[in-house]
Amino acid sequence: MTILLLALRRLAASVPTLLLILAGLFLLLQLAPGDTVDALMAQMGGGDPATADELRRFYGLDLSATAQLGRYLWRLVRFDLGVSAIYGKPVATVIAERLPVTLLLAGSALVLSFAGGTLLGIVAARRLDRWPDTLISTLGLAFYATPSFWFGLMGIVLFSIRLGWLPAGGYEEVGGGLTGLARALDIARHLVLPSLTLALVFLATYLRIMRASMLEVMSLDFVRTARAKGMGETGIVVRHALRNALLPMVTLVGLQAGTMLGGSVVVESVFALPGLGRLAYESVVQRDLNTLLGIVFVSALLVIAVNFAVDLVYGRLDPRIAAGR
Amino acid sequence: MVLVRRYLRNPAALLGAVLLVLVLAVALSAPLLFPKDPLSLAGRPLQWPFANPRLWLGTDSSGRDIAAQIFYGARVSLLIGLVATAIAIAIGIAVGAVAGFYGGLADEVLMRVTEAFQTLPNFLLLLVLVAVFGSQITTVTVAIGLVSWPAVARLTRAEFLTLRNREFVQACRVLGMGDARIILREILPNALPPVIVYASVVMAVAILLESALAFLNLSDPNIASWGNLIGAGRGVLRTQWYVSAIPGVAILLTVLGVSLVGQGLNDALNPRLRRTLPS
Repeated sequence: MTILLLALRRLAASVPTLLLILAGLFLLLQLAPGDTVDALMAQMGGGDPATADELRRFYGLDLSATAQLGRYLWRLVRFDLGVSAIYGKPVATVIAERLPVTLLLAGSALVLSFAGGTLLGIVAARRLDRWPDTLISTLGLAFYATPSFWFGLMGIVLFSIRLGWLPAGGYEEVGGGLTGLARALDIARHLVLPSLTLALVFLATYLRIMRASMLEVMSLDFVRTARAKGMGETGIVVRHALRNALLPMVTLVGLQAGTMLGGSVVVESVFALPGLGRLAYESVVQRDLNTLLGIVFVSALLVIAVNFAVDLVYGRLDPRIAAGR
Repeated sequence: MVLVRRYLRNPAALLGAVLLVLVLAVALSAPLLFPKDPLSLAGRPLQWPFANPRLWLGTDSSGRDIAAQIFYGARVSLLIGLVATAIAIAIGIAVGAVAGFYGGLADEVLMRVTEAFQTLPNFLLLLVLVAVFGSQITTVTVAIGLVSWPAVARLTRAEFLTLRNREFVQACRVLGMGDARIILREILPNALPPVIVYASVVMAVAILLESALAFLNLSDPNIASWGNLIGAGRGVLRTQWYVSAIPGVAILLTVLGVSLVGQGLNDALNPRLRRTLPS
């Protein structure tokens, strides 16, 4: 119960942060040369100034910056993100259409990198300074140093073009007419390369933290006690050390949530996935400010939600945190 | 000197230093080896590496020399990495020092701002900045610096929090030293080593961020950057995959060099706590 209160308090503390982000971004976008109407007019192949003025009035762009900011924040409170000028639909609808793809991509990448990092980190820590440790640590560094989009492109070359095992891009077979399980399998096949691409970069960080955390925990007194009881090494690692060593890993999930979303911009662009990241890229190119602000708002909400979940998991992993307060 | 010896004893750190020196040499020798503009036409497009002795890494789909672009790209990556890191470190130290030294309201406000920057996915923020201020090389560099400082601020603040009540600081106060002098001349030198080590992480990320922007065609198109070349190679990935592959290796080696040097510095500075670099 205490942990829930604690997490809720941290959640409440993130509200001013959110406001700060929105106000800052809104003011930043005021500095942008050209607005949505300019982009629209350019798309229509030019037009007379009267039409432009009318459009500006329609989108509320003729008001002062502060009035626009006030209006924007008030609408956000009601979760009305405005209308996307480029797509001609409410921004909330556009984002809702794209969100599942990104959540699926980031979620599977998170699971892959967390599980892989935990496993490899334990192996490296158990074989400290011998060849498995050297190999894993070196691979981790190499993954960390590689740009994710390059991984993605090379994955396409190898697995899609040379071997023909996996599709090179897209979310599902267009016009396949698949439903139910067949469709889910099709989507999963399309997501293998993108999630691996996104996961590899984070795998490096996770395994490094897991290795360091495992080394620290294994030197603590309670592990020595377990050894003195005559417990086997595997038992000590699984039953005693793992849970304690996982704490920094869970913290990392919260810290990396934003980076993960940022990384999906690039990965979605490489694999032509219709997700939130690509929407952000498109709206930057098309200067669709409403959509861009909407995406940033939703991303910030996601990061805050992930951190709330992290707080709760933290309490479960370490009962002292819940009892301490 | 003990530090240098400790650093050189570590083979990984040595490898990192060698890689970094190599990239630096490549960057410096670019105008000597390739006096022509790297983005000008050099020969028939899409020649494979080693097929033509004059163009030993081949040409891309516009007939530009890949080797020349790699050499000039090293300058861009290093320059953007160094300048963006300097900007991020400067902002981070300023914010962290003030927040950590004064505490109270200043700390509260500055940490809220830091938190706001950390809640925002930094690549998204980078996209917004580039969309607003354009994608000339200077604006891209400043933008990368602007999104990379929060972790530095937190690190500096933590150092200042532990140092601000030490005896030597109290002695300075008793001597009547001003705050600015205590912060800059007394505490900062003591808080600096972990920040310098962390600078390697910032620089590695800065180089990767620029390459990702360039890959998405959102960085300066008039500059031979590795990311630009990878993006240009995308169209011919099916058959001429080397156009994208070669600059990727260059990025990998550079970032690897920077990371290894950072780790080596960390190990040399804290010989008892090996490999605890935050990431």
